Amino acid sequence: MATLELRNVNKTYGSGLPDTLKDIQLAIKDGEFLILVGPSGCGKSTLMNCIAGLEQITGGAILIDQQDVSGMSPKDRDIAMVFQSYALYPTMSVRENIEFGLKIRKMPQAAIDEEVARVAKLLQIEHLLARKPAQLSGGQQQRVAMGRALARRPKIYLFDEPLSNLDAKLRVEMRTEMKLMHQRLKTTTVYVTHDQIEAMTLGDKVAVMKDGIIQQFGTPQQIYNDPANQFVASFIGSPPMNFVPVRVTAQSGCLVAVLDSGQARCELPLAGAAAELEGREVILGIRPEQIALGGAQGNGLPGIRAEVQVTEPTGPDLLVFVTLNQTKVCCRLAPDVACRVGDTLALQFDPARVLLFDAASGERLRLASTTASVMDNAAASTGR
Amino acid sequence: MHSAVDKPALSPARLAIHAVLLVAVLLYLVPLVVMLLTSFKTPEDIGTGNLLSWPTAITTVGWVKAWGTVSGYFWNSILITVPAVAISTAIGALNGYVLSMWRFRGSQLFFGLLLFGCFLPFQTVLLPASFTLGKLGLASTTTGLVLVHVVYGLAFTTLFFRNFYVSIPDALVKAARLDGAGFFTIFRRIILPMSTPIIMVCLIWQFTQIWNDFLFGVVFSSGDSQPITVALNNLVNTSTGAKEYNVDMAAAMIAGLPTLLVYVVAGKYFVRGLTAGAVKG
Repeated sequence: MATLELRNVNKTYGSGLPDTLKDIQLAIKDGEFLILVGPSGCGKSTLMNCIAGLEQITGGAILIDQQDVSGMSPKDRDIAMVFQSYALYPTMSVRENIEFGLKIRKMPQAAIDEEVARVAKLLQIEHLLARKPAQLSGGQQQRVAMGRALARRPKIYLFDEPLSNLDAKLRVEMRTEMKLMHQRLKTTTVYVTHDQIEAMTLGDKVAVMKDGIIQQFGTPQQIYNDPANQFVASFIGSPPMNFVPVRVTAQSGCLVAVLDSGQARCELPLAGAAAELEGREVILGIRPEQIALGGAQGNGLPGIRAEVQVTEPTGPDLLVFVTLNQTKVCCRLAPDVACRVGDTLALQFDPARVLLFDAASGERLRLASTTASVMDNAAASTGR
Repeated sequence: MHSAVDKPALSPARLAIHAVLLVAVLLYLVPLVVMLLTSFKTPEDIGTGNLLSWPTAITTVGWVKAWGTVSGYFWNSILITVPAVAISTAIGALNGYVLSMWRFRGSQLFFGLLLFGCFLPFQTVLLPASFTLGKLGLASTTTGLVLVHVVYGLAFTTLFFRNFYVSIPDALVKAARLDGAGFFTIFRRIILPMSTPIIMVCLIWQFTQIWNDFLFGVVFSSGDSQPITVALNNLVNTSTGAKEYNVDMAAAMIAGLPTLLVYVVAGKYFVRGLTAGAVKG
């Protein structure tokens, strides 16, 4: 049980080389589940190794329970880690694997036996204790790797993409199980993944990383609803957010974004957009599930008619692709919508939900109406 | 191709293959057969018959006399080989462990330089080694000879272990470090138990090299501390008295038996160990 704080953590593999981690700044409370998510090569695994003490940081400080552990060796940090490859000791049985760390720490044998029994029961691996890792399936190896981490009762758990070597079905099962486990044990956890669904479902806090920089740090809802930039917006969410280049124009005293489907045009009012946006090309971000089928109800939302180009029924949803401003746009509709390729659909957008991004930098262009959430986000990303 | 496999009868191609193989087998076996036959013959028998003739009377006189002559040197060889193999393998394992899992600044260069040792001919190290042994007061001692073999063998043993250990995932060492294990605990409890195949490769290689060595033996030992290879040479090359070919052959067989024995006992690990890294990638 511990808090974890990273203060301006920097890591470079030598002067002249680009920084692997740049000014990483975040803090989580006791018992929180932190997700580090990002594409491969973004530095998330390096950051995790730094927290574990397997790699030395070159600047800043890592604090566990307010105590600076930056200079400590891994074994003194009281951290347990589950590796992507599980890293089970191949010549030892499951029991010996779980016992190893406890024996090194000179725990009395009676206590070790008790601890192994507890962990084995918790993870339902009692019948596997005598086996060698090579005799286990992937899912079983994963459980043993977790058992090894659980047995030590450390201050912090680190998980380095623990589910990525499992098949799709097992991954979903283990994901739920990990969440249950965390709810029960309430141990502070740092979890690295490149899977945005794991990030959304497991985390209390999510840090989205790219090129060694934290792009955004906040709750999954903040990350999803209020992304800081186009990268975060595109990385979180499946199917991903649509990005449509639009030109902002003034229309009877109000700024609007112009959408063109080839069949029709539509002016999307941008309430609260700063006046200097007028005449500029920006990127309009809209999630597939925020595009609705326009009916005859006439709810006053702006809409457009567009031709269906591809349909992908996924079971729970029907993904429909149309073209707006020469860009493919995905719409997530109810599965019972009857439409075929070539049909024309009336689509509606909620102007309050659309996001704007700078076309060049990808930074979020905030609208005045979302100022409140901007404040929330700023408070979260300082991590205090 | 397909028909050739299916056909039980011998096609010309098959016959040719078998013929070539048979010739190769004979080429390898004939010297051994000649040695064995000769070693069990009496000197008179050797003088009258030809090389491949069956002994008129099988006698172990040659073997008894050969053992009487070389047995002391046989033990010398064991006293040299066993410690030299054990020490060079142990240090090689530790070197390989460091060079693959605890890399330090310049460790790649260090390994590169160490590899040069594999390509150094024996002859080039004779003078420096003899100078060093003299300085250490180990000239013409068994200890000195062991030291030379250990140092010369380190390049090979380090190479073997390092290449085996790079195929072991780093995560194992990381996991053990987080479990609280230190440098030697990780080596002893986790890495060494996984190393059986490469230890066998190393033992066979080093045993064969050191047991069969002649040059270092003849240069760095003298008199009663000489290894069996040198003693065998002395025995065969004597210019006094009649040549006792049966004794020569029996002594040569005795000198060659231990390496054969090692291959028979540990040979299956040899091939497995050599290919282990390649298959796992």
